[in-house]
Amino acid sequence: MTQATTNQPRLAPWLAGLPIAATLWVLAYAHLTDLADLAIGALGLTRATHLGEAVYFFLYDTPKMLLLLTGIVFLMGVIQTFFAPERTRALLAGRRLGVGNAMAASLGIVTPFCSCSAVPLFIGFLSAGVPLGITFSFLIAAPMVNEVALALLLGLFGWKVALLYLGLGLLVAIVAGLIIGELKMERHLEDWVRAIHAGEAMVSSGDDFTWPKRLQAGLRHVREIVGRVWPYVLVGIGLGALIHGYVPEDFMAAFMGRDVWWAVPAAVVLGVPMYTNAAGIIPIVEALIGKGAALGTTLAFMMSVIALSAPEMLILRKVLKWPLIATFIGVVATGILLVGYVFNLVL
Amino acid sequence: MKNIKILGTGCRNCQTTLSLVEEVARAQGVEIALEKVDQIQDIMSYRILATPGVVIDGEVVHSGGVPDRKQVEEWLTAAQ
Repeated sequence: MTQATTNQPRLAPWLAGLPIAATLWVLAYAHLTDLADLAIGALGLTRATHLGEAVYFFLYDTPKMLLLLTGIVFLMGVIQTFFAPERTRALLAGRRLGVGNAMAASLGIVTPFCSCSAVPLFIGFLSAGVPLGITFSFLIAAPMVNEVALALLLGLFGWKVALLYLGLGLLVAIVAGLIIGELKMERHLEDWVRAIHAGEAMVSSGDDFTWPKRLQAGLRHVREIVGRVWPYVLVGIGLGALIHGYVPEDFMAAFMGRDVWWAVPAAVVLGVPMYTNAAGIIPIVEALIGKGAALGTTLAFMMSVIALSAPEMLILRKVLKWPLIATFIGVVATGILLVGYVFNLVL
Repeated sequence: MKNIKILGTGCRNCQTTLSLVEEVARAQGVEIALEKVDQIQDIMSYRILATPGVVIDGEVVHSGGVPDRKQVEEWLTAAQ
């Protein structure tokens, strides 16, 4: 790697700045309703009207979501500096099915991952001796259980739903990986992929992190992620606010309520051709739930959109043969279906 | 003249990396031959785990994200 040079960031500014930022964050978060009340009053509106209620909802939810998103994405950016993909791979190489799948799914959350890296990671893992089933656990968990989804679920539905999503997402990834591993489908990899063997060590993307650098990485993560998703969040909350103020309750209950048995499979099937990130799907989720759709059905839809997407299948097709792709889709879709039904039953 | 390759299947981060290297080279007045490698088989021959990757004169110097501007400046300074 490049040698360390003159412009090393210093720790002192962080030691001063971080506590101040954290205090401001907590203060702002604790006074969200007061701020929204103030703003509503200043605008000359009251919550008794449709318009007033919609505006209030928007003014309360926007800062709340952006605060949560910024805080969680920053933490995740710092945590990710401890888990370079190379390190994760070394941790997983040669593991046995079972423990390996659980580790892989968990590491999928904290390893920096962008969907365009799915194929290089996939091949890199296999070539270093990470078993196929364990690689799949990683690849299923990484996009599905991500910090943006968790932050938004936390903001919208509270920590219980966020935790449930986390737990069930991990479960789907672990079990799907286990099944794919047990089916011994290695021969359904494309030939050129099987021909790549682990050789000399690959370049590591930075294990020379110091604390200031880790914190800087956190900031960069915020700029990158929050900078990209905030318009989706605003549009989502705006839509949510309109629906909150104007559309009658239980509008969706007839199609997506918990008594409609076919709603969960329909949600999963609908989700496959759709391709968007967690931020893009959240507005829809909020609108659905707000108007009486069952939570399990909605979360199944969300998981399906993020974890099973047609464009991603086309990319994976370059490394997997059809039987393996079909198995992957089948196993993950079944897992999501079960999650949907369980949520609807329990909640 | 340095030969620089950007490895990536064409996602946003890869494009950002490409234009960053281009921009820094222009700012520093360094002449480079910039090339985009976007076929997955070619990318894998460089044995990187995550894209985008940066290759300078056949050697992988970076992978798995948009590099820092400072880092790019160092690479190009070393190139002179």
